[in-house]
Amino acid sequence: MDAWRKKLIEDIDFDDKEFYSALGFKCGLEIHQQLDTKKKLFCHCPVGYRNDEPDAIILRHMRPTLSEMGTYDGTALMEFKTKKQVIYQLYRDNVCTYEMDDTPPFPMNQEALDYAIEIALMLGCQLVDEVHITRKQYLDGSIPTGFQRTAIIGVDGWIPYRGRKIRIQQLALEEDACREVEDRRHTIVFRTDRLSTPLVEVVTKPDMLTPHEAAEVDELLGRLLRASGRVRRGIGTARQDVNVSINGSDRVEIKGVPRTPDIRALTHYEALRHKALLDLREELHKRGITPTGFRAEDHEVTGLLKNTSNPRLRALIDEGEVIHAVNLKGWRELIRHETQPALTFAAELAGRVRVIACLDEMPNIFVLDGRGEGLGVEAEEHLRKEIGAAEEDTLVLVWGPAEDALTGAQEIIIRAKEAVQFIPQESRQHMPDACRTDFERILPGPDRMYPDTDSAPVAISKERVERLQADAAPCPWDREERYMKMKIPEHLAADLAIHPSARLFDQLIEETSLNPTLLAEALVQWQKAIKRDKRKVGLNISPPYEESLESFFKAAADCNTPRRALYYAFEKLLYGENAEPPSFLSGEELKALCKKVAREFADVRYKTRELTLDFLVGEIIEQSQGRAEPAKTRFLLSSYP
Amino acid sequence: MDEKDQLKGYRGRARKVLEYMGARVWAEVEIETDKGIFEGIILPRSEQADDLHVVLKLFTGYNIGLAVDRIKSIKEKGFRKAHYKIPEQEFPYDPAKPNVTLLGTGGTIASRLDYRTGAVIPAFTPGELYGAVPELADICNLKTEKLFGVFSENMGPAEYITTAKTIGREIEAGVDGIVIGHGTDTMHHTAAALTFMVQNPPVPIIIVGSQRSSDRPSSDAAFNLRCASNAAARGHIAEVMVCMFGPTSDTYNLLHRGTRVRKMHSSYRSTFRTISDIPVATCTPTEVKPLRKDFNPRRKDRQVKIDARFDDRVAIVYYYPAMKPDIIESLIDNGYKGIVIAGTGLGHVNKPLYEPLRKACKMGISVMMTVQTLWGYVQMFVYDTGRDLMELGIVPCSNMLPEVAYIKLGWVLAHTETREEVAKMMLTTVNGEITEREPHDGYLIFQGGLPEIEEFLKRGLR
Ligand SMILES: [Zn+2]
Repeated sequence: MDAWRKKLIEDIDFDDKEFYSALGFKCGLEIHQQLDTKKKLFCHCPVGYRNDEPDAIILRHMRPTLSEMGTYDGTALMEFKTKKQVIYQLYRDNVCTYEMDDTPPFPMNQEALDYAIEIALMLGCQLVDEVHITRKQYLDGSIPTGFQRTAIIGVDGWIPYRGRKIRIQQLALEEDACREVEDRRHTIVFRTDRLSTPLVEVVTKPDMLTPHEAAEVDELLGRLLRASGRVRRGIGTARQDVNVSINGSDRVEIKGVPRTPDIRALTHYEALRHKALLDLREELHKRGITPTGFRAEDHEVTGLLKNTSNPRLRALIDEGEVIHAVNLKGWRELIRHETQPALTFAAELAGRVRVIACLDEMPNIFVLDGRGEGLGVEAEEHLRKEIGAAEEDTLVLVWGPAEDALTGAQEIIIRAKEAVQFIPQESRQHMPDACRTDFERILPGPDRMYPDTDSAPVAISKERVERLQADAAPCPWDREERYMKMKIPEHLAADLAIHPSARLFDQLIEETSLNPTLLAEALVQWQKAIKRDKRKVGLNISPPYEESLESFFKAAADCNTPRRALYYAFEKLLYGENAEPPSFLSGEELKALCKKVAREFADVRYKTRELTLDFLVGEIIEQSQGRAEPAKTRFLLSSYP
Repeated sequence: MDEKDQLKGYRGRARKVLEYMGARVWAEVEIETDKGIFEGIILPRSEQADDLHVVLKLFTGYNIGLAVDRIKSIKEKGFRKAHYKIPEQEFPYDPAKPNVTLLGTGGTIASRLDYRTGAVIPAFTPGELYGAVPELADICNLKTEKLFGVFSENMGPAEYITTAKTIGREIEAGVDGIVIGHGTDTMHHTAAALTFMVQNPPVPIIIVGSQRSSDRPSSDAAFNLRCASNAAARGHIAEVMVCMFGPTSDTYNLLHRGTRVRKMHSSYRSTFRTISDIPVATCTPTEVKPLRKDFNPRRKDRQVKIDARFDDRVAIVYYYPAMKPDIIESLIDNGYKGIVIAGTGLGHVNKPLYEPLRKACKMGISVMMTVQTLWGYVQMFVYDTGRDLMELGIVPCSNMLPEVAYIKLGWVLAHTETREEVAKMMLTTVNGEITEREPHDGYLIFQGGLPEIEEFLKRGLR
């Protein structure tokens, strides 16, 4: 895999403006970031992750419903075709009857709404005056209600990037969906722990013009969200979907990109896939295969293949399953048109069959265009003759239980016809190489949105906005600049600007005389180092509460605690001990310690008197746990013989 | 406000501003505010909402509210009225399939949304139902009749009587089964009423509803309707029954006898339970599996007895420890003819109530005792207090559920007001409202947290 991936990404300039502009590359981001609230968005369950055995399971199905505009959403109908049994895993401590869709929603978590408003303000969004909770239909089962409760908080924001504005289309506050555990055939299993955790969804306009820009803006937005101090951190707390289009194609969504840097290769190859599909369309049109000239036939060929030499097909025929042959008229060779590295248009067909017909044992289709895939050349010839396929036709075999094989055959025809017309607006998942993508589902349209009749609209008062405006964190780039003006080194300033303790830092600098760099080091670097050490010795200690950090550093400022002593005391604090930052040793204490150490190390002699003094000062500082003032110590020692 | 109102749901300040701006609902607009420009469709507003905001549907599908006082101008760029209509197709007729009549009372089975109130409006014609739940055509030929459009809590004696008479007429006309769409809150009251009013029916009479309205993908409505239609069309149990979710998982439904069923949870799908007994059957969209043998089987004849009457001068009194006599006295003063007490334990009330109860009985009011524990029998011989109460003339109603006793008393009082006759009719079982014995598994409320129960829940069976 590594070699393969390396081959795919080496020597590509992901910021080649000329190349991507010629392609018409455009990219937008949808970032989902969980908020650091104690409770979920519409019930009072504590937010939490579970990896243990579920306490219970329940089984459900989903049906499409009418949107408020009176239409069925296309995706909904497609997902209904898959006829999935949905199993939800439940945990007593993190899931209640709300998540199970057995209790209506409680009023929206106001802490979450506050946080979302703060972030919307950071993004320069126009806030809505009244929040309307909307249902976004999902029939894949990822939410037991069949819809996600979501609400727009702000629109039309922006962030600065490369001297221009990246426009933020909207910020929505919504409940998180379930985690998929398993998806096989007609059964999909979801874990509900994450379900209904509040998150903000930040949607940008398609303003990123190269894959590199997309990755950088993703990083930038991630920093901004962390800088708010209102978001959860850790694996699975932030996810991003990336939208790609080129000249002549509509947006396709790459769902759940795992790491920001992967955005580069994924969007690059997605753009190339669009290009390849557009080229394919041109080829098809040249052959007269146009929206009106498209011909395809579906034949059930189980009987014709009952003596096939392919053991898999033989076995399934024995089990009563069926085989369909779809004849794509005049497609010869074109199905082998490469769409992604080492993948052809056949992969587009296979993806649809896998998802919609639930035929997920790969390969799930054979392409017959003279090479006899899966059957042998002779058997292919025989089959072609029997069903009257011409030489320039391509056959696609699909098999499975009768109903699924039929759905599969129909889906192949639908997808092939789309190739003649347009690039379908899909949601795609990344493949393990994090470069290529595979079909996940049709991208839902606005028809899947309808108002939540269970929740009343929430007006956002002017007073509330003013209070939150005062509370909202500054943008990380503004903060960083301010920190650098305080002479904090650049990398430390950057880390601090998005650190959970940044608010506390600002407050302490305002209220005390602490040295900014020292405080920044303590909050960012020391905290990290001490926690790492602790983990090494197997201690797992929760971070101290903000209040205890605050009083600790205020005390340190009051008694002017020396750096080293501060470190020791801080370590104690993080170990959960009762720690008070000490002051310097008094003159008497220091004198006594100097005497003691001088006696103890009376034999130690370095090359020069200076070096010996260095050693002794170090020892005294060590023994005093940093409370000895170095200059004073040196002065005292030098007065000894 | 009429349907043609161009500012549906808007009132007060918002209405004034929108009128002034020349705006109307369903218009595609560009709204300029002091915060910037918003584009979308103006939606009708819920009448309960304030008069300070306009609701805009953005082109992304999201709705937002904008303060009308921030609006500078509204430019109409188009008009797009929603045509929310369940795709209507003619319900196919197959002479080989049984005929089912679906009576609508106002419960939601298939539905659309009303944007003024946010309420769900039922889709009801066979064509609409076929559009929403096409699987119904595999089960039966469907005819629908909308009796009323009321919420469940507004179903009362007049509605029971109309429904019962309609059922009688349909049975006479030769229908193979009847389904009644009903809101769930008082479904068990209606089920009891129809059991008394439609006696000895030759075909199944199935009451069905939904706990999750059909405007959501997870709705139980379609499954319930399919199960109910099948039980009505092909089931061999000719009784008045409630057909609702068995487990909260959508795997099968239960058919509950109309006199033993009760809604037990405010929102769970599996809210209906048979109390002090087991349900009559389990069912799916394709089969009905009896759980017991003592049901009334489907018959070819049309000999149903419709006995539709009701005296609504009846009340239920849910007893509590410090209840004062004036509660009973006010019922007497207001001319009530029947009182059902839901007493504590085996059927008790405190001493201070004795006097007004004695007075009530003396005045010819029929007083019935049931238990607020719901499960189990009234047993008034065990303690002196109980014997005292019976001496006062209070009739112990065995294991009749309080709501069922209320419905039955109203029905009985429409036949006779003589206390002895009332008591006799009350204690003469029509269909299961009193059972002679409670089986060991008639009372099962599993206690969560116990290892053996958790084991059961892990298997997804509830
Ligand atoms: Zn919950």
